[in-house]
Amino acid sequence: MTANGYMQLGLYLIALIGLAWPLGVYMARVYRDELPGFVRWLKPVENLFYRVCGVKPGDDMPWTRYAFAMIAFNLMGFLAVYALQRFQVWLPLNPEGLAAVTPDSSFNTAVSFATNTNWQGYGGETTMSYLTQMLGLSVQNFLSAATGMAVVVALMRGFTRKEAGGVGNFWVDMVRSTLYILLPLSIILSLALVTQGVVQSFSPYQKAQLVESVSYEQAKTGANGEPVVDAQGQPVMEQVAVAEQTIAVGPAASQIAIKQLGTNGGGFFNVNSAHPLENPTPLANFLELLAILIIPAALCFTFGRFVGDMRQGGAILAAMTVVFTALLGVTAVAEQSGNPLFERLGLVTEASDMQAGGNMEGKETRFGIANSALWAIATTAASNGSVNSMHDSYTPLGGMVPMWLMQLGEVIYGGVGSGLYGMLVFALIGVFVAGLMIGRTPEYLGKKIEAFEVKMAAVAILVPPLVVLVGAALAVSLDVGRAGIFNPGAHGFSEVLYALSSAGNNNGSAFGGLSANTPFYNTLLGFAMLLARYWVMIPVLAIAGALAAKKIVPASAGTLPTHTPLFVLLLIGTVVVVGALTFVPALALGPVVEHLQMISVK
Amino acid sequence: MLKELKPALLVLALMTVLTGVAYPLLVTGIAQGLFPDQANGSLIEQDGKLVGSALVGQPFADPKHFWSRPSATGPVPYNAGASSGSNLGPLNPALEEAVKARIDALKATDPTNTAPIPVDLVTASGSGLDPHISPAAARWQAPRIARLRGLSEADVARLIDDHTEGRQLGLLGEPRVNVLTLNLALDRLAKS
Repeated sequence: MTANGYMQLGLYLIALIGLAWPLGVYMARVYRDELPGFVRWLKPVENLFYRVCGVKPGDDMPWTRYAFAMIAFNLMGFLAVYALQRFQVWLPLNPEGLAAVTPDSSFNTAVSFATNTNWQGYGGETTMSYLTQMLGLSVQNFLSAATGMAVVVALMRGFTRKEAGGVGNFWVDMVRSTLYILLPLSIILSLALVTQGVVQSFSPYQKAQLVESVSYEQAKTGANGEPVVDAQGQPVMEQVAVAEQTIAVGPAASQIAIKQLGTNGGGFFNVNSAHPLENPTPLANFLELLAILIIPAALCFTFGRFVGDMRQGGAILAAMTVVFTALLGVTAVAEQSGNPLFERLGLVTEASDMQAGGNMEGKETRFGIANSALWAIATTAASNGSVNSMHDSYTPLGGMVPMWLMQLGEVIYGGVGSGLYGMLVFALIGVFVAGLMIGRTPEYLGKKIEAFEVKMAAVAILVPPLVVLVGAALAVSLDVGRAGIFNPGAHGFSEVLYALSSAGNNNGSAFGGLSANTPFYNTLLGFAMLLARYWVMIPVLAIAGALAAKKIVPASAGTLPTHTPLFVLLLIGTVVVVGALTFVPALALGPVVEHLQMISVK
Repeated sequence: MLKELKPALLVLALMTVLTGVAYPLLVTGIAQGLFPDQANGSLIEQDGKLVGSALVGQPFADPKHFWSRPSATGPVPYNAGASSGSNLGPLNPALEEAVKARIDALKATDPTNTAPIPVDLVTASGSGLDPHISPAAARWQAPRIARLRGLSEADVARLIDDHTEGRQLGLLGEPRVNVLTLNLALDRLAKS
């Protein structure tokens, strides 16, 4: 990469942390009902919600009721998205006349959007009507994100409350997340994106006259609709000339803004943020990248405010940033070094002010290597499944890092809400391990960490890897699973492992070659997403409830301080060791083998 | 516990109105009012006809035009109704074959050009709709365009410069050349 490439990456990190700080402080005020003046005019809207929906905002819910409300709400969302897809052909705002989506694909997509995964087995512009995109997918982009934020706020209350029975009110946390945080940021971002050329219209697809018409061959069909065959039984081919370009448009900007802010990632178009009408310029790319990580990063500051010690949030953020920067470096260098094939064929692959060079297969000219690598790392660190380049065409090591980031449980910034609560679970494990080493009862933020919390933390940490590894093993053992593989050799295994890592950690990113829109993958990945989402959320809420009920013990000489560089290292060590021990064998069979094959070709 | 089902349904209904109807309509209204060109796809009209979008690439196979990057959309390249990347892995033999064929095709259009080809000109873009090539890829094609169109290389270089976008704000992204607007300008030049 050129010096400019490093500058772009550095600028991004500085802007991210600089903007996350004030946003995090603002979010803490929203959740504690200390609204700043400039949003207080929205308070009547918030109260209207409670009045119409029969919610008593003062109701303090025990963690079980909080969890039930969350699940009931997500279930309704799931049903709505499922129904919209199945009935879209009879509903308005379907100018292209797109057909009803198949039951298995509808199930997969409904789970995917309700669980904040946004895995896409379908191509947006060829499958979903404008109505389905707006009323189904866009709405869940907001609500699944707000759900994650609500759960992390409940966990924060667990740390701050003393001998309390409840962890807050789910409806209040959810409505406030949407009304005061996600919605205003989305309006600002979507308009900024429109200025850059992201489309926002309800027109049907545009037809442009091509400068040069093109043609393709297709099998000729006779009057009876059957393929025509020649004397040898071979199908007869005919030339079809194409003189027009169909340009898919739609209300994209409003959906893209929330897809990034809510770490959702489901693209309006098939190729997601690589599409020039979804992500037209480097500035649009930069703003979308900021949107992807800003709320997860800001929540660390919110956490600091909640527990009354900004250094605690700072330590968590520092651990995330160290891992992020290191892994970003690996992918950026791997992609810039590129595919040795291109040098063998005599191509120019060196980066300069005239071209990005490196491995440009599957990447856009305007983004080059630096912005493609940054996007791949930011989206898989978060639970954002969007792509601005095709990960399937990455070099083996360049593609392994995004896969491993998902396998770590998406705690490096992570999804909105889910990233921080996942990281706090790792912090509990970290202090538990440290407590064992020094022979004292582990404590975190004045709460004693006892058997129940550690068991719940273990469940939350172990369920996703179990889903990923068992699911991947199942898929590669069955013919229906292997049938979806596109690339030969070790890379084909990586495609399957990547898909399960993505669904099993609610990311949504894909090695796009895998044909996953089949009943087998739609079902397998659908269940993987459900298990991974709720078998982390429910234990986290259980921890929140258990912690809220505890006393706060004052710090003593034997307390491990949790804001020091030592703790940051301990936390990084816990995340990396768990992630490495669990996944190194599987990664060795995919990307590692492929890398060794790649460098051995002469 | 079942009493949470009622708020679940009602909150979803209200939120659907707010985030699924009011929000996209508000954004569409402002976007269409203030930035209609961008909101409708940055469309290019010429002689009253829609000839494309400044943000969406088109396929070019005529040696008298600058060629775009290879596109993996089907059934024809640059199908902006069904975007797609190639998804070819780095060791897939199909990738090697495709890149070799593209190198041969480019060299066949300009046998005297012995300069090495920039990598972006023979690798498929992520979207299959990339409107840009790198300035290096445009310059590699310049001698061919000059020869076939009877222009001086300096004229062609100037035209490339006119259609080159630098890094945004001097820092972001990569320098790039818009192939469609460049070719439209070439064709206008030929007509005048």
